[in-house]
Amino acid sequence: MIRKTRLHLVQNEGLLFEESSPGKKAYQLPGLDVPAVDPAAVLDGQAREEIEGFPEVSEVEAIRHFTRLSTYNFAIDLGMYPLGSCTMKYNPRVNEAVARTEGLAWAHPYAPVEHVQGCLEVIHRLEANLAEITGMDAVTLQPAAGAHGEWTGIMLVRALLESRGNPRKKILVPDSAHGTNPATAAMCGYSVANIPSNAKGMVDVAALAAAVDEDTAAMMVTNPNTLGVFEEQIHEVARLLHAKGALLYMDGANMNALVGLSRPGDFGVDVMHLNLHKTFSTPHGGGGPGAGPVAVKKHLEPFLPTPRVIRGKEGFEVVENLPQSIGKVRAFHGNFGVLVRALAYIMAHGGAGLRRATADAILNANYIRKHLAGHYELHTEAPSMHECVFSDDKQSPQGVRTGDIAKRLIDYGFHPYTVSFPLIVHGALMIEPTETESKQELDLFIDAMKSIAREVEEDPQLVKSAPHRTRTPRVDEVLAARKPILRWRP
Amino acid sequence: MLASLGLSSTASLYAHLPGEALLGRELAIEPGWSEYEIVDWFRARGEANTHFKASFLGAGVYAHYRPVLVDTVVSRGEFLTSYTPYQAEIAQGTLTTIFEFQTMVCQLTGMDVANASMYDGSTAVPEAALMAMRITGRDHVLVARSVHPEYRQVLATNARNQEMTVDEFGYGPASGLVDLAGLEAKLSAKTAAVIVQSPNFFGCVEQVRALAELAHKHGALLVVCFAEAVSLGLLRPPSEADIVCGELQSFAISPSFGGPFAGVMACKEKYLRQMPGRLVGQTVDANGNRAFCLTLSTREQHIRRERATSNICTNQALVALMATVFMTVYGKEGLRELALQNLSKARYLGGKLRRRFTGAYFNEVAATPAKGTVAEANAKLAARGILGGLDLGRFYPELSGNMLLCATEMNKREQMDIVAEVMGA
Repeated sequence: MIRKTRLHLVQNEGLLFEESSPGKKAYQLPGLDVPAVDPAAVLDGQAREEIEGFPEVSEVEAIRHFTRLSTYNFAIDLGMYPLGSCTMKYNPRVNEAVARTEGLAWAHPYAPVEHVQGCLEVIHRLEANLAEITGMDAVTLQPAAGAHGEWTGIMLVRALLESRGNPRKKILVPDSAHGTNPATAAMCGYSVANIPSNAKGMVDVAALAAAVDEDTAAMMVTNPNTLGVFEEQIHEVARLLHAKGALLYMDGANMNALVGLSRPGDFGVDVMHLNLHKTFSTPHGGGGPGAGPVAVKKHLEPFLPTPRVIRGKEGFEVVENLPQSIGKVRAFHGNFGVLVRALAYIMAHGGAGLRRATADAILNANYIRKHLAGHYELHTEAPSMHECVFSDDKQSPQGVRTGDIAKRLIDYGFHPYTVSFPLIVHGALMIEPTETESKQELDLFIDAMKSIAREVEEDPQLVKSAPHRTRTPRVDEVLAARKPILRWRP
Repeated sequence: MLASLGLSSTASLYAHLPGEALLGRELAIEPGWSEYEIVDWFRARGEANTHFKASFLGAGVYAHYRPVLVDTVVSRGEFLTSYTPYQAEIAQGTLTTIFEFQTMVCQLTGMDVANASMYDGSTAVPEAALMAMRITGRDHVLVARSVHPEYRQVLATNARNQEMTVDEFGYGPASGLVDLAGLEAKLSAKTAAVIVQSPNFFGCVEQVRALAELAHKHGALLVVCFAEAVSLGLLRPPSEADIVCGELQSFAISPSFGGPFAGVMACKEKYLRQMPGRLVGQTVDANGNRAFCLTLSTREQHIRRERATSNICTNQALVALMATVFMTVYGKEGLRELALQNLSKARYLGGKLRRRFTGAYFNEVAATPAKGTVAEANAKLAARGILGGLDLGRFYPELSGNMLLCATEMNKREQMDIVAEVMGA
């Protein structure tokens, strides 16, 4: 039974360009206090006539447009988002407030350092906190997102190996890895070798031992892996790599399962990235912005990107000239506004609170696992950390696949879990509740999933044609790709 | 909950971790703070930065007024706390705004298609270079020295590990514009892309059409990048380019010490399949109504893995939404009027200074203090509550003694008169 949702009226809304009428305005500019110039006379033939097709709406039309559109979205503020690997936890609003602190939000990155000491202190403090959390020696906050952090991290690996005389040729990636890992390796000029997982979903150490050689630059491991399982032989993985002069890269997408419990720096990781928009609660905003700080051990520190912030005798300083640095990976100081939010999150929790959040995330995932096992096929008996992975093996005989169950979950008031990932699980349902969901919400979710399992038995077509209760029913993604329409035209 | 799992303590949830992997102590981070303490700490950090009454510092990060509607919209939890819109049925809000964003970026730039955003201007430039290499099958990239220095540094970092050779070409010492003869001398059958910025780092407006002709004559693509998006309200769109990339920070995105900003990437339709990043397309739902969804994802890492066009995944969606609201609020007339105010103020200021270059400029101008150093001029301005310009010697040794000053709608005439007085024109 659907308990969590009922239908309500939703306003229709066209595109801005269709709502426009000539001459309508939503802006006011102050009067010009200098003589107005004639653009055609001073722009050397480069002045434009008009911006053809640009919107023309009033202020109330503008606010209604975006407000109406917003109601077509699901969001954490509306309910649980059990997206495995994406870590959709509550985004505390104090983080938004402090990111808008006037003196920080209007700080210019090229203002002389004596005028931006406050910003530099934020950076310095967050770097220190992240070093403590990861057990690493140094941190750069420059990368703009997780994939950008991966790229930065593998560039650091390459720079270190080059300094030793040979950048080497390949990066090892487990077959359960996120797609960004192999894409990153390729962008850094490495070939990719896939390492199979064993029956428990962990890196097959024997296969790794056979694959690692003098051409291996590094292995990229996600820990816990994308099955939500801690790589119990991670020390052995590190030892095998290090014995051949290769490095261990950790994809920190699942670091929220470790904060306060276990530190990558203590289990052999040389370099890793963090996703501040996952573990440290900064909002996903419909796809970004995030931030992907990279933490390294001492031997990689000389290669970190510029600039670096240090505490000098007379305050914080910005260092640009580092001869071994890989250079700049992004202009200025990274996604500073995201860094502010993450630091506020760390401050609100403190050391003990961060560990409690981790434990609660593991508890919530195991609670779901316990109550759905039997209704859905559990992929592995290995203990779950922050997420659990089922397959649709019990449902596929009725012709219902993981993607259909996900769409039906929408009718029950939940965002779908992660569908068909990791790739090593056929028909995967990857569920990550995070620590910020209450037992009441988890129970509603479990009830919904059980109810859908019953529907699959009794009326599979109901599930296969879901969602039924959304403003927009199933969308034709095949048509979109076959005949791409990527912009409005009159 | 623990009891239902047959457990007695939360510690038993992770008892299976190998003992040597367990931290075994509390993190050395001070105990949690209250909301007030957090707000107060950041307020104090804001005050530890110098507050200026006015700023003439631009150089890729511009002070423009942020209409109130922008934060009103992006603070809505439905936008702020939603995920990437893979589940189209419950993400039509985000998908529709991205479709509008892509459309407006095309209208501004004169391109056929635009993606859903890149990290920022500096990272969009190497993505454009890599895209041009895939399209042309060539591996040399020529970049103008008048492209933002940090954008060029990020390009250089990318070139370290790619089969990419980057070479630079200069600017006319008097005009500040691209040195066409110098460019032509470096163009060859290996050149994949010519990358220019307009307005360039010195604020000067480049002749895009002539640059495109030159690049195309040698079978290379022209990539035009921009750092000051407001200029597109008045400047001819760079329609002759093959790829346009740039930075939208000027569209209601706070300077925020350099980020988060929003990069854009737009191109000619024929190059669509080589474009990196997410794209939203129009389609229909099961009822036959118009709907939107992410599309052409076979270019992307989650499908194509090591053969993807880029590893980009998370982008700058919420920041792109800020820019979308900004473009909506100003609209067709407003963006033009805003750009005209910027141009008029810069011309007023520039008219009172010893300008370093003769090229036509938009809202930034390179100028020489009549006497003394740039640092001295900036110190005098700081003493009067004004943040001065960028010392060009920082990035261009040959231009030491010159500074780059920016005037926007937020600069008042009296403040510009003070700058002129300090610069001793």
